[in-house]
Amino acid sequence: MNVIDFVMGHALQWGSVALLMIGLYIVMTRGNLIKKVAGLNVFQGAVFLFYISIAHVRDGTAPIVHEDAVLYANPLPHVLILTAIVVAVATTSLALALIVRIRESYGSIEEDEMAKVDMG
Amino acid sequence: MGLLQQLPALQVAVPLIGAPLCALVGRPRLAWMFAVAVAWITFAISIALLEHVLDAGPIHYTMGGWPEILGIAYVIDPLNALVLVLVSGMAAIIMPATRIGIDVEVVHRARHLFHTVALLALAGMLGIAITGDIFNLYVFLEISSLASYALVAMGIDRRATRAAFHYLVQGTIGATFILVGIGLAYMMTGTLNMADMAARLPGVSHTAPIQAALAFILIGTAIKAAIFPAHSWMPNAYTYAPSLVSAFFGATATKIGAYMLLRFVYSVFGADYAFDEMKIGWVLIPLGLAGAVAGSVVAVWQHDLRRMLAYSSVAQVGYIAAAIGFANRDGLIAAIVHVFNHGLMKGALFLVMACVIHRLGKADMESFRGLGRRMPLTMGCFVVAGLSMIGVPATVGFVSKWYLVSSALDAGLWPLALVIVATSLIAIIYIWRVVDVAYFTKPPPGARDEAPAMLLMPAVVLCALCIVLGVSTDLTVGVANTAARLLGGAP
Repeated sequence: MNVIDFVMGHALQWGSVALLMIGLYIVMTRGNLIKKVAGLNVFQGAVFLFYISIAHVRDGTAPIVHEDAVLYANPLPHVLILTAIVVAVATTSLALALIVRIRESYGSIEEDEMAKVDMG
Repeated sequence: MGLLQQLPALQVAVPLIGAPLCALVGRPRLAWMFAVAVAWITFAISIALLEHVLDAGPIHYTMGGWPEILGIAYVIDPLNALVLVLVSGMAAIIMPATRIGIDVEVVHRARHLFHTVALLALAGMLGIAITGDIFNLYVFLEISSLASYALVAMGIDRRATRAAFHYLVQGTIGATFILVGIGLAYMMTGTLNMADMAARLPGVSHTAPIQAALAFILIGTAIKAAIFPAHSWMPNAYTYAPSLVSAFFGATATKIGAYMLLRFVYSVFGADYAFDEMKIGWVLIPLGLAGAVAGSVVAVWQHDLRRMLAYSSVAQVGYIAAAIGFANRDGLIAAIVHVFNHGLMKGALFLVMACVIHRLGKADMESFRGLGRRMPLTMGCFVVAGLSMIGVPATVGFVSKWYLVSSALDAGLWPLALVIVATSLIAIIYIWRVVDVAYFTKPPPGARDEAPAMLLMPAVVLCALCIVLGVSTDLTVGVANTAARLLGGAP
């Protein structure tokens, strides 16, 4: 298998890996807590897309029973990721709630400014 | 089909249903009594399950009558039965102390929900331990993690919210890594049941996705277990969380991470694949021992004792990781025994911190001056649990260290055995610093002023267990032996 096939044949997976790295990069480099949460969402979203991509069946249709359909996509990863999305929503809302409390007690949501407040 | 057959489901269902009910109770006193009752029922169930597993072999429980490979199965063997006893036992011992414990250390507006969230964390951890379904494990992992973030954020210090936020970010990254690993493994095997997956993996184990799956899961569990250098969420979280929360998590949360690692390596990927082909020992041993050295050394320099205990946990988790990495029978026993034993001693030490904070408002070196005279029982607990942390004979710490060192020798790595002994010597330094200040400095004026019995009792019970189980090792080592044989990893 040559390189082009390897890249093009896994375009969906490469896409999710790219998003995964972008999300992780945002989480690591941004000092603003809201941006960190956004990065975390990109990071998790990449995994959702990855799960959807592995459910794909060539020429398969949506997994709803229909008389014309012969091939269906695998519905199990869809269901799994529905659960994971719920988890991600809960994580995000908890993170935002924490940010509200941090803002109340520190008066800032920037890492460096919070560190300054803690220093004294 | 009697109630007895439903125990595996009840083990998780009781705290999970108890949590929202606890929120509905409303009155703080009543909510506390309810939570204590739930914790003790859960503990009783876990003991019944452990006995049953030791007598009659592993339990397979299927949800809703679905066949095991299609539905969600709970599989209980000696390994997770022991973890269930540890987690629910710690909850049962610590929960009674929360009535007075939360008055001092939990922010006012969160108090009425404290017990609800604590029960959720308990349910999540028990779920991780009990399930035989790999995706179900992820869901329970997130339930317990989300509850943990909330509990840490309840600390009275404003830095608690910051610590909780960092814990949330790193914990989510860890859990998401595990999720990616699960997805890759599912992609190649088409199953989510652990046993079924283990049967199908050898056919595809040479493929890149499976290798990547092991790597992702290894990193994810390393973050959750706070294996060096993925431990950075832990010191702040344990320092600023309410001490009773630190006591519970110090005893259980990282242990659940270590359990997940054991489960994935031995029951899903298989020891042969993980150790012989993928050589994860080459990752776990250096990182584990580096953590043991770094954690112990950094602990010596800490001013806040809760932070010192957190860094000591980094070292202890390092021992567990290294023990798993040695990949022999003694190493497996050492890992399992230390998961349990370290739970006991770290729980006891953090409870001592809760007692001291209840009286003095903080737990830094300064406030420990002359504490040996002022709070003799509390300090007595600290000394006993501290000796156990060092690994003095007749304490549980010694049992763990014994198996750890002998597994290093078995693996033919005697210099590493020396490293383990050396880090124990460093533990003497950081425990002695506190003893020195507490017993050999002039106490500030003030009469004997012991912590309230409800806070002190759990610490005393755990210290007693540290000694009892250190002398009579049948329970821990016996169970670990059976578990090691069943996991079949080591010859």
